[in-house]
Amino acid sequence: MPRFIRPLLIALSLILSGALPVISHAADWDIDRLMQGLAQTRTGHARFVETKKIAMLDQPIESSGELFYTAPDTLEKRTLKPKPETMRVEGDKLVIERGRQKYRLQLQDYPELAAFIDSIRGTLAGNRKALEQAYQLSLEGSASAWTLQLVPLNAKMKQIVARIRISGVRDEVRSIDVDQADGDSSQMRIEKLSPP
Amino acid sequence: MKTLPGRIAITLWLGFLLACAVIISRTHFTTDLSAFLPRSPTAEQQLLLEQIRDGLASRLILVGIEGSDAATRADLSKKMAQRLRADPAFVSVNNGEPVNAERDRAYLFNHRYLLSPAVTPAHFGVAGLHAALGDSIDLLASPAGLLVKSMLPRDPTGEMVQLLGQLNGGAQPELIDGAWASGDGARALLLIQTRAAGTDIDAQQRAMAAIRLAFRAAGEYSTARLEMTGPGVFSVQSRDTIKSQVSRLSIISVLLIATLLLLVYRSFTALLLGFLPVISGALAGIAAVSLGFGSVHGITLGFGTALIGEAVDYSIYLFVQSEQNATDKQAWIKRFWPTIRLGVLTSIAGFAALLLSGFPGLAQLGLYAIAGLITAAAVTRYVLPHLLPRTFRIHDVSAIGRTLSQLVQRAALLRWPAIAVLLLALLVLFQHRDSIWNDKISALSPVSKTDLALDAKLRADSGAPDVRYLVVVSGATQEAVLRDSERVAHVLQSLVDQGELAGFESPSRYLPSQASQRARQASLPDAATLQTHLAQAVQGLPVKAALFAPFLADVGAARTQALLQRKDLDQTSMAMAVDALLIQQADHWSALLPLTARPGVAINAPAIRAALAQLHLQNALFVDMKAESDRLYSGYLNEAILLSLGGVATIIGLLLVVFRSPVRVARIIVPLAAAVITVTAGLALFGQQLMILHLIGLLLVVAVGSNYALFFDRSAADAAIAPRTLASMLFANLTTVAGFGLLAFSNVSILQAMGVTVAPGVILALIYAAIFARTDHD
Repeated sequence: MPRFIRPLLIALSLILSGALPVISHAADWDIDRLMQGLAQTRTGHARFVETKKIAMLDQPIESSGELFYTAPDTLEKRTLKPKPETMRVEGDKLVIERGRQKYRLQLQDYPELAAFIDSIRGTLAGNRKALEQAYQLSLEGSASAWTLQLVPLNAKMKQIVARIRISGVRDEVRSIDVDQADGDSSQMRIEKLSPP
Repeated sequence: MKTLPGRIAITLWLGFLLACAVIISRTHFTTDLSAFLPRSPTAEQQLLLEQIRDGLASRLILVGIEGSDAATRADLSKKMAQRLRADPAFVSVNNGEPVNAERDRAYLFNHRYLLSPAVTPAHFGVAGLHAALGDSIDLLASPAGLLVKSMLPRDPTGEMVQLLGQLNGGAQPELIDGAWASGDGARALLLIQTRAAGTDIDAQQRAMAAIRLAFRAAGEYSTARLEMTGPGVFSVQSRDTIKSQVSRLSIISVLLIATLLLLVYRSFTALLLGFLPVISGALAGIAAVSLGFGSVHGITLGFGTALIGEAVDYSIYLFVQSEQNATDKQAWIKRFWPTIRLGVLTSIAGFAALLLSGFPGLAQLGLYAIAGLITAAAVTRYVLPHLLPRTFRIHDVSAIGRTLSQLVQRAALLRWPAIAVLLLALLVLFQHRDSIWNDKISALSPVSKTDLALDAKLRADSGAPDVRYLVVVSGATQEAVLRDSERVAHVLQSLVDQGELAGFESPSRYLPSQASQRARQASLPDAATLQTHLAQAVQGLPVKAALFAPFLADVGAARTQALLQRKDLDQTSMAMAVDALLIQQADHWSALLPLTARPGVAINAPAIRAALAQLHLQNALFVDMKAESDRLYSGYLNEAILLSLGGVATIIGLLLVVFRSPVRVARIIVPLAAAVITVTAGLALFGQQLMILHLIGLLLVVAVGSNYALFFDRSAADAAIAPRTLASMLFANLTTVAGFGLLAFSNVSILQAMGVTVAPGVILALIYAAIFARTDHD
């Protein structure tokens, strides 16, 4: 299709439908747009509540705390309840502080954890290329309520994570749901806070 | 032809040389600088020596790969490591690749109930299990939960997490492209542990060659560069430096002195004959040191080179001072031998003090000098006259002698200027009084500043331990030292908890004592009891007891599991740690527990000593390696100063006995003292801090200078000093200056120190002797 025909067709469909603003968004809405929007955010600060359902446990466990993000690759998860714990990822370095213990790990030593963390970092940074190296992406919904689904490509990764669903409103991530291959799952609700 | 005594003398001499040659052919030569460390140290110093000789730190080679790009460097690192891991000369090659990760994990997990200090009877009671399960469930909720989830049914009490937390002490370098890299990313890093001790220099040299070969094989056309450092590398470099320096210096020194003598003598026969006492002296010196010490140090040989210039003096005196025909040789013996004999005796008196030194290196120098000088003088006196051909002639040097004689007669005019110079020198010394001595042991090291800087850089990058603070536990058996290590580790752990320390290592962490393992096994309840406890413990927790069937099975197996032995560690990366930290010497075992300071916080030694003292363990010693080595060196320096003063006192005593005139002795001593003061002030002015070998140099100035002073004194006693004697002293002086002056250009600091002291010192001694000699007017 020649380049100029596409806008023409869109204009036509808009006139026909008579619902101009909404559809304009929906038609234009794609992963690239989402990524561009997300990439605008250079730093973020949010509150989270995470619920994990683990088959071994009779009831879900809930934890809560705060998230900090600085583009492109620094992510800190500060859990306050039930036990204070900090996880900080910067580039390839992962530091977990728990009580007096401080663990320093290299992400590449833990491929499962790395893939999981990269899915969140890649989304926050709007880095489609990085995400597509490990996941098959699909987008649903509209700009005002979107859900990005990530399904692992790598067979080894597939044994651990079935899918990750990240939802949001415009360029804000609101929840991250992870379904693990063994049926366990976690849901994280995210609420944006003003920058610290 | 030859007289009977002559023939006997020559035969004895040849026999002596032969004996020396035989001894030398069986001599072992070393360049190990520990010879310059004390012989009978304290327990702490003994440990320091053992550490230097073959401790864990001595076997480490740090390798850096620079240049090219990061991916190439990482690739070179991996290829090198792969090749070197197959080489039995290396105990471990670490570049961040997870080579042993699986085996390490299996060792820890399969033996977790024997290894974990958390295993106590209470831990498996209802309350203990409840608390441990609660912690494990909390951990599941955390980001690390993903890693521990699969372990929960087998390890609900979190022993594995506890063990991993313990081992996770040291800071590791960053990984770039799967291999260790420096913080700035400019260099790939490898930490290599050799099987041979750092002091096995041949083995270290082979190890270095293997590393270089592996580097070349890994990337033949790469533009990357290889850097190596570490104690073993330093030893190899030092040996190379000392070897090349000593051989180069000997050759140049012989050539220089030969040229000088040829100019004076204008006779090859005289030159060759003149070197006979020198060669005899050198052979005797080496043989004596070999007999006395079992081996000869490279530094001693270097020193011997310089002594050529001194030993050749005796033949110069003989040739130049005696008249032109053979009968005069007997006359020379009558006239001059007593003076020279006294000179030899004063030199010996000076060096004899060194023999008492507790440091084998210094004692070697003393013995070498004494044996060498006695032999050179004796050969000159008893053998050389018999070897001189009837027609023996050297160039007539009377003209030079007469010129010197005129100069000497006017030398007294310089007394006041000389006194002014001396006062100035004293002022300089007073001003520099706090910085005259260099009290750092590193001053002795022949390792260049560039190499030291590289070492510091690679160490900082790789987080390799500098092993400054250690607790050493010694005992008769492995079990005993492991048991005491556990007690020490318990105290250290509480110091870590209090924030006094960042961490520590202990062999008992990887290989607990049999007693502890047995106690841990005994803490594990039987299946029925554990099941009951578990059923009660899960109450109020979101888990069912049935989940933990694998845990019950594992605990059951652990109760009868064979106790861990050293061999169970084979093929894990912890084997290296245990071998480095657990040392067997004959029937004596030592465990080393290196401490790590918190970043930017110095270790509080008294607090640690006090904490350890509460254990009342006589065999656990807290050692600060740096403080020990500094104390060792300052002890070394103080001892050498005392010995040198003792040497000077012996010389004065000897002269007093011979001359029975304090005034006369003072006349001899004044020029020597003046020379010593002036040289020391000169060194201070040039910013050279004095170390032990400068002191030895000053002792030499006194020993050599005493000859000059004696000649001036002797001549003053009967008549004006003969022009010929003056000429001989000038030549003797020049050869000594040539011999020692060369050392001043050496880049081995020990040799350089002697050179810069002796060469100007003996010139000054001669000048001062002339200036302060008694004149007709006195």
